[in-house]
Amino acid sequence: MYQTIVFLPLIAALVAGLFSKQVGVRGSQIITCGALIIAALLSWFAFFKVAMTPGDHSLHIQVLSWIVSGDFQINWAFQIDTLTAVMLVVVNTVSCLVHIYSVGYMSHDPHIQRFMSYLSLFTFAMLMLVTADNFVQMFFGWEGVGLASYLLIGFWYKKPSACAAAIKAFVVNRVGDFGFALGIFAIFMTFGSADFAVVFSDVGAYSDKTIYFLGMELDLLTTICILLFIGAMGKSAQLGLHTWLPDAMEGPTPVSALIHAATMVTAGVFMVARCSPLFEYAPVALDVVCIIGASTAFFAATVGMSQFDIKRVIAYSTCSQLGYMFFALGIGAYGAAIFHLFTHAFFKALLFLGSGSVIHASSDEQDMRNMGGLRKKIPLTFWMMVIGTLALTGFPFFAGYYSKDMIIESAFAAHSSVGSYAFGMGVAAALMTSFYSWRLIFMTFFGESRASKEVQDHVHESPQVMLAPLYVLALGALVSGFLFKEYFVGHHYEDFWAGALTLVGDNVMETAHHVPSWVIASPFIAMVSGLAIAYYFYIKRPEMPGKFVQTFRFLHALSFNKWYFDELYDVIFVRPAMKLGYFLWKSGDENIIDRYGPDGVSAAVVRVAERFRNLQSGYLYHYAFAMLIGLSAFVTWFVLGGQ
Amino acid sequence: MMLEIGIEHYLTVAAMLFTLGVFGIFLNRKNVIIILLSVELILLSVNINLVAFSSYMGDLTGQIFTMFILTVAAAEASIGLAILVVYFRNRGSIAVEDIHLMKG
Amino acid sequence: MIAAICFYIFATILVGSAIMVVFSKNPVHSVLFLILAFFNAAGLFVLLGAEFIAMILVIVYVGAVAVMFLFVVMMLDINFTELRKGVQDYLPIGLLIGVILMVEMIFIVGGWHMSDGIATIILAPTPPLSEVTNTDAIGRILYTDYIYLFQIAGLILLVAMIGAIVLTHRKRAGVKKQNIGDQVRRRRGQAYEAIDVKPGQGI
Repeated sequence: MYQTIVFLPLIAALVAGLFSKQVGVRGSQIITCGALIIAALLSWFAFFKVAMTPGDHSLHIQVLSWIVSGDFQINWAFQIDTLTAVMLVVVNTVSCLVHIYSVGYMSHDPHIQRFMSYLSLFTFAMLMLVTADNFVQMFFGWEGVGLASYLLIGFWYKKPSACAAAIKAFVVNRVGDFGFALGIFAIFMTFGSADFAVVFSDVGAYSDKTIYFLGMELDLLTTICILLFIGAMGKSAQLGLHTWLPDAMEGPTPVSALIHAATMVTAGVFMVARCSPLFEYAPVALDVVCIIGASTAFFAATVGMSQFDIKRVIAYSTCSQLGYMFFALGIGAYGAAIFHLFTHAFFKALLFLGSGSVIHASSDEQDMRNMGGLRKKIPLTFWMMVIGTLALTGFPFFAGYYSKDMIIESAFAAHSSVGSYAFGMGVAAALMTSFYSWRLIFMTFFGESRASKEVQDHVHESPQVMLAPLYVLALGALVSGFLFKEYFVGHHYEDFWAGALTLVGDNVMETAHHVPSWVIASPFIAMVSGLAIAYYFYIKRPEMPGKFVQTFRFLHALSFNKWYFDELYDVIFVRPAMKLGYFLWKSGDENIIDRYGPDGVSAAVVRVAERFRNLQSGYLYHYAFAMLIGLSAFVTWFVLGGQ
Repeated sequence: MMLEIGIEHYLTVAAMLFTLGVFGIFLNRKNVIIILLSVELILLSVNINLVAFSSYMGDLTGQIFTMFILTVAAAEASIGLAILVVYFRNRGSIAVEDIHLMKG
Repeated sequence: MIAAICFYIFATILVGSAIMVVFSKNPVHSVLFLILAFFNAAGLFVLLGAEFIAMILVIVYVGAVAVMFLFVVMMLDINFTELRKGVQDYLPIGLLIGVILMVEMIFIVGGWHMSDGIATIILAPTPPLSEVTNTDAIGRILYTDYIYLFQIAGLILLVAMIGAIVLTHRKRAGVKKQNIGDQVRRRRGQAYEAIDVKPGQGI
């Protein structure tokens, strides 16, 4: 069954991709969607079997031997436990819905087969990642999703900005992947194996070991964990390596929903959760995770408030929510982090697909300044978006309410300095999340339409094939919170996880149930105030945002320009690299290597050959003379030199 | 000394023949037939050397190889003359100066 | 004494005729002088006790190769005076090279001696003349130790022959040839035709 779940998307991708001519547009859609629907149903079945049934149902399935080199043995194998089952459900459900949605969304595209094939390929890589039983296989999936992400961001390869965004995503991810690879090397060096089972069972023996690097004495496990976390930062767009995520919105919207909201970007969260036995022995690394996560949550929320591109707002929101998950991991609330991952996948995919529906409706317009008043024209999309927003902002009884509040309460309950920092940042981010989410809704659906006459006439509700996935996701955004709360973070915690997550100290989620009531109320208050401010700014007094910007020019500029991260990186990395590359190209390559290398040699060959050409007069006797003169020269040399 | 004929005498004769052959090639550069004759002279000088050494060292191998050289020389002369005849048929001349199709 | 006189006669005529081969204006003369040179070289070979080689030289070279040269020279209508032009162009360098080679070879002949261990490297010692003749001795070696080389030499001659024929052979129009295959394939129907001639009409 698990083999079917993992390999069905691969087969679909290969068939749709390699035989695109034979299967045709409709065929590729049927094959990929069919494969994903089967995989999704099977993964729900697996989820209920592994996670929801009491008792330990974790499995280890050997598929193939992959690398055998001396002591180094890597297998293709599946580790199926609750964590994997949760990820299987998330990945396959969202992927399946996005596949169906794409049938409608991409209907006017000339390369539908390629698109469907890439989507399925991505799904396969992601499944490889979440089912891995060792770090190397995980790395394979990790790079596979990176590749698929690159291909899909640059899907409209004729658009220069899409190509640039694809390259940016790939390069920035490379930084993170480098850290991840180093982490895997360090793990193999330390434990002599890359299998999760071996590494996690031996970890206790290495808790106080140190290694020397460049004259510094570093704590071994902390180093490994921080290296792994750098990989997670790259993939999950955490502060510092986040710059690629907003640009990745150049890709088609279903891609944004699938890869850059629900699944791939959560790979970092999954990886840290999977490595919880390691991280638990490296408290410093956990603090780093917590601080980076909290800062990202706050930073991305501030940026999200001032963006005008509808997809970028949601992208920064994703970034911010990933920050929540990371600081939850950092304080040891792994269950809460995965719970948020689970719920977030539903409502964020919903928001993205909803925004895709909006974009589709308003003739590929993405700028919210050119929207407005769409509520009447596309009511179904509007209501879906509202459900997504309510879930995202943590409105009571919606999905986000349970997961996000759990994270914030756990942060408070951790009673540590980083926990308090995370709590503060989390509440502030919750307020801003509420503000920018409602700002999006108000700017898009309320007020007067600011679009051109032509566009307004064309506004239309999306076809059912696009709306149906929205209904399913909306259902998820509505009920996934209170249905699974008790399992992920509540009373059935032990039974549900069944050892998939390791916790050494106290369970902060246990104490989180007993925090003061003002703590429990604070996210709700933040959410309501955010909603109120957004209502005041964009419905009641639409001139207020302008005035506000005038007054706090610096703050707005900081937020609008994304804290100048791109500019900073441009100055620090990109331009010096360009200069260095230009220098090496012009001076190093052309002036030295080419000049004295290939070009020089070929020029010399031409020159010398020109001269020697004159020797080849074509007259027979010249050749005879050459032979005889050579003969006499040899004899002379022999006679004179021989004595 | 003059009446005592040693190997040096033969070698001297062979050297003179060889030099004459080489000189003939330079002198008659235009006439392929004379060039071929000069080559025959050079080969003859080599043969004299071989036979002389063979005789004075009491080793028959030299004479055997003289025969092989004669074989190759005969083959070379026949092919060379055949080419010459064909060339003459096509061009109406055997002037070596006209033959410069190998010019680089 | 007699041998020394003979050597000088042969050697002088040999070198003299070689000079004439190179310098004579008429190629026919050159070839005839080459034949003379071969005869004298054969004489030298006889003096050296290599009578078989001497006979080969006379029979093969004079009889076949030199005559072939003569054939070609006489057969082709060549303007030899044209070819004599510009003889002096390369005379200096030719003389220079020739003199250098000559001087060097005289050097070598002057300062030359057999190594001490030379007797040990002799491959095929000449048997005493009283027991076996020179021809017999060569035959004994040639058909045993050098049989492969001998066969290859034969192949080389075969290839040369075929090559020469292929090069010079040409199809001539209007030459009637016998084709045995056609003759054998011929059937009665092709050979004659019976025509029923009506009286008074003719064919």
